Amino acid sequence: MAKSKIKSNFKIKNHLNYILIGVVLVITFIMNSIGELGRLDRSTLVRISFSIILAVSLNLVVGFLGELSLGHAGFMCVGAYLGGYFVNVFSGFIDSPLLVYVISIMIGGLISAFFGLVIGIPALRLKGDYLAIATLAFGEIVRNIFKNIKFFGASQGLETKIYPEKEFFIITLITVIVVLILCQNLIRSKHGRAVTAIRDNEIAAKSMGINVTFYKLFIFIIAAFFAGVAGVIYAQCIGQVKQESFSYNYSIEILVMVVLGGMGSINGSIIAATIITYLNILLQNELSGPLASVKLVVYAIILIFAILFNNAPAFNNLKNKLSLKGNRKKSKEKDDEAEWNRIDTKIKMDEMLSYDLPNDDDVNSYSNSKEDN
Amino acid sequence: MAEYMLETKNLGISFGGLKAVQELNLKIKKKELYGLVGPNGAGKTTVFNIITGVYKPTTGTFLLDGEELKGKKEEVINHKGIARTFQNIRLFNNMSVIRNVMVGLHNQPEFRCDPFTSMFRLPKHFSSEKEMREKAKEILRIFNLEEERNNLACNLPYGKQRKLEIARALATNPKLLLLDEPAAGMNPSETQELMDTIRFVRDEFDMTILLIEHDMKLVSGICEEVTVLNFGQELAQGKTSDVLNNPEVIKAYLGD
Ligand SMILES: Nc1ncnc2c1ncn2[C@@H]1O[C@H](COP(=O)(O)OP(=O)(O)O)[C@@H](O)[C@H]1O
Ligand SMILES: [Mg+2]
Repeated sequence: MAKSKIKSNFKIKNHLNYILIGVVLVITFIMNSIGELGRLDRSTLVRISFSIILAVSLNLVVGFLGELSLGHAGFMCVGAYLGGYFVNVFSGFIDSPLLVYVISIMIGGLISAFFGLVIGIPALRLKGDYLAIATLAFGEIVRNIFKNIKFFGASQGLETKIYPEKEFFIITLITVIVVLILCQNLIRSKHGRAVTAIRDNEIAAKSMGINVTFYKLFIFIIAAFFAGVAGVIYAQCIGQVKQESFSYNYSIEILVMVVLGGMGSINGSIIAATIITYLNILLQNELSGPLASVKLVVYAIILIFAILFNNAPAFNNLKNKLSLKGNRKKSKEKDDEAEWNRIDTKIKMDEMLSYDLPNDDDVNSYSNSKEDN
Repeated sequence: MAEYMLETKNLGISFGGLKAVQELNLKIKKKELYGLVGPNGAGKTTVFNIITGVYKPTTGTFLLDGEELKGKKEEVINHKGIARTFQNIRLFNNMSVIRNVMVGLHNQPEFRCDPFTSMFRLPKHFSSEKEMREKAKEILRIFNLEEERNNLACNLPYGKQRKLEIARALATNPKLLLLDEPAAGMNPSETQELMDTIRFVRDEFDMTILLIEHDMKLVSGICEEVTVLNFGQELAQGKTSDVLNNPEVIKAYLGD
């Protein structure tokens, strides 16, 4: 009896993410310790790692909250410069590389989050595309400021002290996992529900007493924090922070990862970030010089198609054929002048939320067992 | 304690040249079931939008339980105790029925749990989530929606969507409940059931309810007092039976 109950409560599907992550981690650790992973492999994995953090955190804003941000590289830039700087400072008097690294990550993230607050307060209050414009401007302004600060090496860039690369690699992997779990936990909570409600119907959410401004700002700041964290990892990985790397083009690259992976899908972002980063590394030598701009053309084409696919009525038939979920959406004959659902991604949030709470009875026993502990 | 739950004083709003509502003086006693009626375009929904903070009145003010709420933001007005439903149903369509209600419970003090507690999955997160679920189920039971709790809100039949909207509003624990044409699109038996539910809510929760309705049968069936609006102006006010027999009111309706 008891056995069957446990069985019915444990659904592999609900824990697939954690199982997969665990498997990947174990394999990487084993390969790392038996010396199968070379220096280059580790560097590749680190680059994939911070790309994943960037894509997932941007997805919180673009996919989950439904606001367009075009300055994610700007927040990363803040994290990279300040994180790199504090690594240099702290390494002077703290012996443990681990401690230096963790403190720098926190500081880089926090300062970046502060910038998120400063940009977000005015921009998120306005409707429409103001956030996109404000973040775009922010990204460009920030890197130009760093370019002109002598303290941070001006156009030479900032040299950062690099810690033993093997340990750094392990810490980076752990950081990615922590970030992913935190994002997931946030989405699958009452706060995630509030944000989903805002995106579903902002007017109704307000009438339910949901503080829309707070939640928009909160998600934006959290995303900025994680972008800053990614920046600190980047600085450690490269060893020299240069402002050119954080241009508008890089923000677009992150956006392409989000769009390709699927708005609101964390798993999609992880996969898309991995593939795009890996392709970038593979094609690094092929696509140098003038050919580099080919990449940007490809990105532009991807974005245009994604937008068309999501918004043009011509694709609706195709979409319904492609997805079984098409029929979940009942056609709305209501002539509601303020139909809020701008993005047709109609994110499968409810499904995502329901991993955690499959149905009430499961949930009760789950939380009961939690409390018992 | 104020004498009236809701009091509007000379409330008015104009959109450009159009005076959508003028000099409205509502006085709604506690635990009263109050009707706001009038032909299409009379300004009824606009009154709701003013009282819930969607629009700012151009003249006058309004008080909830003696407290002036004019100029407050929508979410603050909800926290103060006004909840509403919409004429064009506004459910969270991509969420299940029970989660719609749980959004309504979001700000209740007993379920408070800050974002970081949730992010780090501290014990408070699990306990508040579980209690919220129980509470939501309890509310759904009142509206006979417990069976459908895991369906998507948009997949409910029309009549049940209207009921879910009321359930969700009730979850915010209001002092005053505003219902905008709750029976619109319902068949007679659904309407009858709705009337019973509205009465039950009023008696069970000692709720003050202000409802907009087109269906005169429903209004005369459950409202103790009504105000009739016509072209934004108060045409008549008083006991339901008196007002609905008022020749001017009948003329306004027939002339529509
Ligand atoms: N935001 C707005 N801007 C301009 N006119 C409006 C607005 N909202 C309502 N109105 C006008 O106010 C009048 C009353 O509308 P409403 O309150 O919806 O009527 P009803 O009594 O049918 O609910 C209508 O003439 C409508 O066109
Ligand atoms: Mg109306």
